[in-house]
Amino acid sequence: MAKVKVRNNFQQARWNEPVIYELSTPGLRGIIPPLVEDAIEAGISEDACALPDGLKRKSSLDLPEVAQKQVLEHFLHLSQETMGANLANDMSEGTCTMKYNPRLCETLVANPGFADIHPDQDVDTVQGILKVYYDFEHVVKEVSGLDKFSLQPGGGNHAVYTAASVIRAYHESRGEAEQRDEIITTIFSHPCDSACPATAGYKVITIWPDEHGMPDYEAIKAAANEHTAAIFMTNPEDIGIYNIHADKIVETIHAVGGLCFYDQANANAFLGIARAKEAGFDMCHFNVHKTFGTPHGGEGPACGAFGVRESLAKFLPVPTVEFDGNHYYLDYDKPESIGRVREYIGQSAVVLKAYAWSMMMGAEGLKECAEISVLNNNYMLNLMEKIPGVAHAFQGNGIIRQEQIRYSFQPLREKYDIGSDDMNCRMGDYGIPWFWSSHHPWVIPEPMTIEPCESYTKENIEEYCKVVETVAKEAAETPELLKNAPYNTAMHRRIKEEELDDPEKWALTWRAYKRKHSL
Amino acid sequence: MKKLGFIVNPVAGIGGKVGLKGSDGEAVLKKALDLGATFESGQKALITMKALRNVADQLDIYTWPGEMGENICTAAGLSATVIGNIDSGHTTPEDTIRAARSLRDLNLDIILFAGGDGTARNIMDAVGTAVTVLGIPTGCKIHSGVYALNPRNAGMLIAQYVRGKVRETREAEVMDIDEELFRQDIVQARLYGYLRIPNETKMVQNLKSGRGYSESTSVELLSNYIADTMEKDVLYIVGTGSTTAAVMKKLELPYTLLGVDLVCNRKVIASDCTEHEILEYLDQYDRAKIIVTVIGGQGYIFGRGNQQLSAEVIRRTGRENIMVAASKNKMLSLFGQKLYVDTGCEDVNRLLCGYMRVLVGYGESMVVPVTD
Repeated sequence: MAKVKVRNNFQQARWNEPVIYELSTPGLRGIIPPLVEDAIEAGISEDACALPDGLKRKSSLDLPEVAQKQVLEHFLHLSQETMGANLANDMSEGTCTMKYNPRLCETLVANPGFADIHPDQDVDTVQGILKVYYDFEHVVKEVSGLDKFSLQPGGGNHAVYTAASVIRAYHESRGEAEQRDEIITTIFSHPCDSACPATAGYKVITIWPDEHGMPDYEAIKAAANEHTAAIFMTNPEDIGIYNIHADKIVETIHAVGGLCFYDQANANAFLGIARAKEAGFDMCHFNVHKTFGTPHGGEGPACGAFGVRESLAKFLPVPTVEFDGNHYYLDYDKPESIGRVREYIGQSAVVLKAYAWSMMMGAEGLKECAEISVLNNNYMLNLMEKIPGVAHAFQGNGIIRQEQIRYSFQPLREKYDIGSDDMNCRMGDYGIPWFWSSHHPWVIPEPMTIEPCESYTKENIEEYCKVVETVAKEAAETPELLKNAPYNTAMHRRIKEEELDDPEKWALTWRAYKRKHSL
Repeated sequence: MKKLGFIVNPVAGIGGKVGLKGSDGEAVLKKALDLGATFESGQKALITMKALRNVADQLDIYTWPGEMGENICTAAGLSATVIGNIDSGHTTPEDTIRAARSLRDLNLDIILFAGGDGTARNIMDAVGTAVTVLGIPTGCKIHSGVYALNPRNAGMLIAQYVRGKVRETREAEVMDIDEELFRQDIVQARLYGYLRIPNETKMVQNLKSGRGYSESTSVELLSNYIADTMEKDVLYIVGTGSTTAAVMKKLELPYTLLGVDLVCNRKVIASDCTEHEILEYLDQYDRAKIIVTVIGGQGYIFGRGNQQLSAEVIRRTGRENIMVAASKNKMLSLFGQKLYVDTGCEDVNRLLCGYMRVLVGYGESMVVPVTD
């Protein structure tokens, strides 16, 4: 290994930045909009402007009053206090596939030809974006092998909830909705595979892994019966192990009359290599913000592409985007549809970026993306296995890992009382973003889940491992150093976790903060 | 500043290395010493106390004299307030009970005690679930779920408790076996009751991982589900333990924590039943269901702490009518293990083996292998 560059002298900006309301000066204006022109004002009747009394504001609008430069400074300060994917070595966020989001795609969505269109426009005037939808649907159809997709769901979990809704519609159409009230999932599938069916009213049956870390096939056989509506499973699961029994599981569920949903949140492992169709699945989804190179929304705009076999297409949300040979149109004529799941046709900016990314990659590029992800991950594993104090889930089971791995600092916990949170805080001092431990509750003790997808270089991987090695050594030699970390980041260590439990103290908005602290 | 009570049962574990499988009773202690046994409980407790040095400035320690705590604190370099009096070299279970009661009266944050299952029973007799406690495993038998994984982990857990990292508490089983029978190789464990321990599942006996899950929420959800889905005219045989007791509380019915109660149409038909009584009631009902929980850190569902639910009771109720319910935390603590049955009847054991669903929330269950 060549000399590895570690940012020993990292120091993040720490602005102690006030909330923007605290920067407010009464009367100060950043922008003064022009008054309404006389001709326009004269043309609008008083009745048209009249709001019902109940809707009229009784006090003036409480907005921060700041100059444009202050606003710019404020948000630049905040941005310097974050460790986002575009700023640092963010393979930290395992299961999230933090790949490079091409800047070119941002230029495309900023183009007025796209940015200025409105979803209420006549379809004849938005043929371009409809073509993008139609063509991107073809991409995901080809990658999964399934027959029809909806790009309406606003994210991965939303797509999974849509799957639960389609499953209910399917069983209703066969008069079995009441009988089939159970959905099977596995403990290392993404938690939305149990949360979404539960929210949709299903009983959820969770399967534990066998001694190799794969879902216990015998347990699935025992759980499947005439009450089974479907199975929801991720593959490879979040610990990075690919379930080689997937087709057998699908057969078992189909044999009792259930459907099979493939959560493809971890699709980076098999793009262009394995398809939902050949494994026998009836439905699947892609998180386009993971697999197809669009930015993560931070609870904001995303797209969960949800696909089904032809026999289930009639239940998909409306409208779908169709093409009659020379004209793109929206098809609402699906009487058995579960209805709309999102306004209009979903997040068109995300779909445009995903389409652009796919076309830039090409079919061979998609396959190469999977190959490099798996190669990167296994190169990283090779380095991590040599670091004292670092273990990983189901270590030594002889199964080659896919695109991510759930590591464990349990050996450090047992020897030095150092766990994931301590490692996380100290690694921040070397410029590494806060890593993803695991979904809760922790099944693998003291976890760290890392996903060095195709965007990361060999040097990125080596830097990351070197930092883990350095901090694990510090854990053995000076554990108190980790207990008090971080020292060089904007982030502080949470000393009193109980404060998070006190609803009288925490606040999600400025208004709530003022109320709770009598300001 | 946290107030910590510290009690050592100095004779705990003394019988183990000389093959006596326990240390209860003065005769056994004398025999152990004659066989060359040495006092090791204090040495193990010292490992725990040394791990507390880093948080010593945030601790007020209260302990009992000599080998019951004072000596260990001194050896660990920790200052402690010493109360009570003992006949050094001749301490008894009564001393453990007296010590625990005196510490309980000081309104401490937590009592740390070193011993085995017998010691846990003494502590339970003295303080019940009024005070949070944690056991340092130094005894021969550790069937109770109130012990840290090892002495070092006990220290780490207390340090985390002092730092405010562990705040929630939960009730854990106090189990013990009949030592007289055990020395004849007959294992018969009983559920004696509960102690309140910190809900840090990573470091407690057989509880390997998991965090951030509310024990009480999980039990509340599964209790609601059982109460909401109870069928008319079905005899419900409600097993022992605090989880099944939560179901009874949900139904607003009186219950026997360590016994088996019978319920039909949301009314108690009989309380604290023997096997014989349960069989008599089974004759009177067309359908019956058994509700049991997972007992202790070992993961038993039948044969430990609920022997009233005999092989015959299980056979006549039918496997398909057994509902196992346990909190998510407890199930995750058993991750990678199987659940056990020991009904004393091979046929019934075999009937129960295979996979069973364990209810962990409102209609939410886990499928877990069961073995004998």
